[in-house]
Amino acid sequence: MKIAIASGKGGTGKTTLSTNLASFMAEKRDVVLSDLDVEEPNSGLFLKSELFFAEDKFKMIPEWNNVDCTLCGKCQDVCNYHAIIQIVDTIMVFPELCHSCFACSELCPTNSLPMGQKKMGELQHFKTSTFDFIESKLLIGEEQAVPLIKQTLDYVDENFSTDVVKIYDSPPGTSCPVIEATKDADFIILITEPTPFGLNDVILAIDTMKELKKDFAIVINRYGIGNDDILKYCDENNIPIIGKIPNQRAIAELYSKGELLYDKIPEVKTELENIVSYLESHILK
Amino acid sequence: MKIVFTTEGTEWESKMDPRFGRAKYFMVFDEETKELIPLDNGDVEGEAHGAGPKAARKMAEAKVEVLITGNGPGGNASKVLEKLGTVSYIGAGDMTMKEAYEAYKNGELDKA
Repeated sequence: MKIAIASGKGGTGKTTLSTNLASFMAEKRDVVLSDLDVEEPNSGLFLKSELFFAEDKFKMIPEWNNVDCTLCGKCQDVCNYHAIIQIVDTIMVFPELCHSCFACSELCPTNSLPMGQKKMGELQHFKTSTFDFIESKLLIGEEQAVPLIKQTLDYVDENFSTDVVKIYDSPPGTSCPVIEATKDADFIILITEPTPFGLNDVILAIDTMKELKKDFAIVINRYGIGNDDILKYCDENNIPIIGKIPNQRAIAELYSKGELLYDKIPEVKTELENIVSYLESHILK
Repeated sequence: MKIVFTTEGTEWESKMDPRFGRAKYFMVFDEETKELIPLDNGDVEGEAHGAGPKAARKMAEAKVEVLITGNGPGGNASKVLEKLGTVSYIGAGDMTMKEAYEAYKNGELDKA
């Protein structure tokens, strides 16, 4: 079972929900939490864990071999990302722009662009007292989050059976990294805040999930601030709201100390129970 | 000498565009023939990444020796321009193209 927690807007509580939900569900089930926000992973800040395994992650990029190259320009013409260009008598590769599609390499008439490895980030596998936690981090300067997210998901699939509940703390927004983090999930929880900004961005996320034909529901965080527009929107569009985490100073204080919430704030535990019972009745059969 | 300006319009009185990769136009001025030829850079709008190298490739095709712009090209574009031997002058982002050319002629612009 794969559950992705996404948002649209940043800072609405993806990590708060991911870490608390993972820890709460791990009381009764086998759980692995993966932080797929590889540009700035932060789930680890809220977990006490020990490093179990770590490895470097690589992406493939073309490496120009000038011996047989005829400077035909085919490589730059087939690259959709301007990651390879011909300048005078040189082929220049921009590794950060490369999407590792192999087109230039495969279509080069003289095989002058063999693909080579370039380190893009690191994957770390931690163990908390009750569940596993995977975190990948992109190297500074790397622009492509998607290949690292994909390799992280592959690691999770290879190391954990389908019986394990897999929770993905997804990146914010609605662009490629979010698509990669959610496209294989069985269920998406979109977490938002009841403000005009939160509503605007969660609608973008809802539209994205509809486009991906995903089963999803809404959790409202900081419930009590802002207005009721998200409630009206979900009601009018038949979108289930499966949890409402209240706006409380005590929650902010625990968060600021890097602590989990549900064992100290009963209202949060109640909401997690609501969320899990929805998941159980819909997807965790 | 062929000079390229990053601009928002196609006239000498047009405002400069301070950006390189995402400039609206590249105006190529040939000092010998006095010809001023616009290169529309509008196709870059659909590009999420790689605007700099793409623009630099246009510089290679236009065979310009001098670039006059505002903020200066980013890292990727700089590598290409260096390879091309194009010299970049920056700090003309708030000027018109005409003012930028005069400032360049008077040695008032900094090299990138």
